[in-house]
Order: sequence, then structure tokens, then C-alpha cells
Amino acid sequence: MKRLRLIGVLAWLLGSLAGCDRETRQFETPPHDASAAHATATSVLAPGPYPPAASTPASAASAAPPQQRVDHPYEDNAYAVSQGKRLFRWYNCSGCHGNGGGNMGPPLMDDKWIYGSAPQQIVDTILHGRPNGMPAFAGRIPEDQVWQIAAYVRSMSGQLRFDVEPSRSDSLSPGEPEQRRSPEHPKAVAEH
Amino acid sequence: MSALQDSLHTFGPQAGHILDLWRLTLLICTAVFTLVLLGFLYAIWRAPKAGPHTPPDLGAFEHSEPTLQRNVIAAVIVSAALLLVLVGASVWTDRVLAQMSLRDALHVQVTAHQWWWEIQYDDAQPARVFTTANELHVPVGRPVVLTLKSDDVIHSFWVPNLAGKKDLIPGRTAQMQFRADKAGVYRGQCAEFCGYQHAWMAFLVVADEPSRYEAWAAGQRQAPPPPADPVAARGMRIFLGSTCVMCHNIAGTDASARKAPDLSHLGSRQTLAAGALPNNAEKLAAWIAEPQKIKPGVNMPAHAFAPDDLHALVVYLESLK
Repeated sequence: MKRLRLIGVLAWLLGSLAGCDRETRQFETPPHDASAAHATATSVLAPGPYPPAASTPASAASAAPPQQRVDHPYEDNAYAVSQGKRLFRWYNCSGCHGNGGGNMGPPLMDDKWIYGSAPQQIVDTILHGRPNGMPAFAGRIPEDQVWQIAAYVRSMSGQLRFDVEPSRSDSLSPGEPEQRRSPEHPKAVAEH
Repeated sequence: MSALQDSLHTFGPQAGHILDLWRLTLLICTAVFTLVLLGFLYAIWRAPKAGPHTPPDLGAFEHSEPTLQRNVIAAVIVSAALLLVLVGASVWTDRVLAQMSLRDALHVQVTAHQWWWEIQYDDAQPARVFTTANELHVPVGRPVVLTLKSDDVIHSFWVPNLAGKKDLIPGRTAQMQFRADKAGVYRGQCAEFCGYQHAWMAFLVVADEPSRYEAWAAGQRQAPPPPADPVAARGMRIFLGSTCVMCHNIAGTDASARKAPDLSHLGSRQTLAAGALPNNAEKLAAWIAEPQKIKPGVNMPAHAFAPDDLHALVVYLESLK
């Protein structure tokens, strides 16, 4: 019995080691290449001959968004997700997405994802924009910050680990913290 | 950069009153400490020379010692009186600090951010309000009323040469007032631990003659002229076409974000990055390219501009006087 308890404690200690990465703060991110010109594609339609001979990276990303889920290190890091939450406020995403509840833009905390719920798809949405209003932020927001914002956007509907999602907000009327929301199960919806 | 930061050399009435209180406290405490030490040494010196076989002295249980009793009572009364003097001096200092005349005061809002200071000069006419960062200019001899706010965590505003500390607490508004009586540059510092770069959250208070202050304020109210130099003009296009505009403001351009220090007159400031660097082209280029090397954890991301783009950007920013 004593031995069982010891093994249990040891297993618990080992398990808690896995949580160490949750708060790692990586400050030196790859510098943002601010000089490069970014093509912005919001649609597969492009001027020129069809089919396009060699598509640009941007239009390729838009035409064939990667369907598989890309696990990104930021999704295991509570600090990066909270940075994403700060940037969501700084860059006024709430101006259209209303703290994730949606307004002019679609809500981000439900289970409907017009352009996909994978991290890479959200990053593409932010970088290259989408039809009917989503602006392109390529060249305006550094790419690692876009990944942080994407991780935060996914935390809004409970797609991240419980202990990584942001808890109580600092604001006076914070609403239910991301951490306490029940996870949604994303489903793609037809574009309207 | 070589600004004074010393609470024992005061250049305004507020810091002066605090220094007086400090001196009184130091004087009383030193005197009491010296007397206690002398009494202690005297007691050791006159200790009864007892051997191992001397019977214990139980005299105090049998007859009273009126002299000793009187001495102890007198010491307790003097200690209590001295403590009351200190309490009285504290209360009096606080009243004097609060009673500084505020006639014709300059009103300034200071908002603390991780890790820099936003400084907004209020005015009855909205068009005359202007914003700057990390450098507070005040006219000599005129009272200044600061409205203190915080954007994120608790910070504390402290210019030792001019006034005491005051905390900036998120969701609350604090006020403090001070006056600078001598022209000079005084260094201020965040005095409440606020995260990684708390130590590099400094600012300068530049106290100028009123005429010089007015000239400076008039310059700050004007939007900087569009750059005439072609390199600076290119720098402006780079600024407006990259990530800079997402957080920074430059009056007279499309850059109007308010999340990072206002750069409208960056070239006229003495320091960069809240006192971390002297303001020159070389340091500015280093700061833009690798801010995380200079202030790890700062909210400014690194930028890989091509060398000539970076040069143009720096020329433009330094031209904003």
C-alpha cells in the first residue's frame, strides 16, 4: 500500500514536469521580414491565363488551404496565448469580432468555421484576409504574433488545453474566461 | 542620460519637505541609538565582578531601587514623546505636501505601460492637447498637477529630486503635484516592480524656464512637416507600409495607433526605449532591428529590414524634431 502511494506520488511529480513548458517565455522570435512585399489573395480567382502556370505562394495558400491540423508550439504555451489575447485587443480585432462574440465579423467562439479551424487556416485568414470584409494583415503584423493570435482565437472556443487557455481577464466586465468555456466541436459551414 | 536622481538634493518644495522629515527622523533615531549604545557600554563597564562562588544578588526582591525605577520611567516617557514628535512631523509634512498652491497649474496625464510612460498635456482647448512619451517637460516655478493612470499592472511614479512616490493602479486615478524650482534634467524611475523591464522603465523630467517651455510645447503641438529629404521621405513610406503603424502614432500621417510611444517628435527626445538607450541613429537602428536583445520581453517585435530600408527609416524618425 505504501509502495503504491509512493509510485502514485512519483507519477504525479513526473506528470507535473510536463507542465513546465506551459509558461516558457520565448522573447527572441524570428524577426519579421518587414521589407518583403506581400501579395494578398482573398479568392482563387486571379487575373491571367487559366490554369495559372506557377501560382504565387500567397494565392496557393488561399487556393488550397492545408486541411491537416498543424500543431504549433504556441498552442502549448500559456504565455504565448495570453500575448495573443493582448494583441487581439491591441489590433482591434474586437472592432468586428466583438470579443469573439461576433458583430460585423463572424463570431469566433462558436463551432462554425467558414474558412477552417486549424491553426494554419486561421493564420492564413489573418495574413491574407477573406472575402466580405476580413482585411489582410500580412506585412502589418509579424508572423509569430499572427500565430499567437491564432492560438488565442482557438482558445475562445475551447480548442486548446485547459491549463493553457487564458483565465480571468483584467477588464471590469470580463465575461466568462476562455478557460471555463465548454469546448465546441468545430464543423465547416458552407460559405454564404 | 547623465540626469540627476538623488532624493538628498532637492529642487522643489515637495521633495524639500520630505527631505526635512527624513533629516529629523535621522537625527532623532541617531541620537536615541547613540544614547542606548552608551548606556549599554556603561552597563558592561560597571558590571559587578562576580566569581563562580559568589551567591546570587537577590537585593532587588527585598528592597526597591527608586533611582533605577525613575530612570526607566523617564526613558519610557522620553521615547514616547520622541515617537509622538515623529508622528506629528509626518502628519505636518503630509499636510504641507497637500497644501502646495496650485494656482495657474500645468495639468498633465501620465499613463504607465509595460515598460514606458505616456505623457499627455491637458488643455482647456482640445486642439492644444498633445502627447509625448518618456520625457516630461515642465516650466520652472509653476506647479504641475499629474493625473496618474496605469494601462496594465501597478507602477509607481518617482522623481526623487522633485517629489515623493505615487502608485499608478489599473482602473484607478491618482493625483500628485510638484514644482521644480531650478532648471535642470531630473531622472525618474518606476518604483514598483512591474515585470521584466521594470529597471528600464525610466523617464526624464526636463525643467525649463517658462519661455523655453512654451516654445517647446508650441513645437510639440505642431505636426512634424512632411520630410523634404528623399531618404527621409522613403523612410516615411516604409514606416507607413510596415508593422510600425499598427502600434505607433505620428501626427500628420496615417499612423495613428496609440498602443506604443508617440513618435511625432522622436528626434527631439534625449533617450530611446524609456531611458534604456541614448537617442542617436545607431542606437535607434539597433533598437528597431533587435529590441529583445536590449529589453528582453518588451512588446516591440524584431524587424528584419533591408539595411538601406532601415537606414531610411532611422533618418526619417530622427528627423522628427
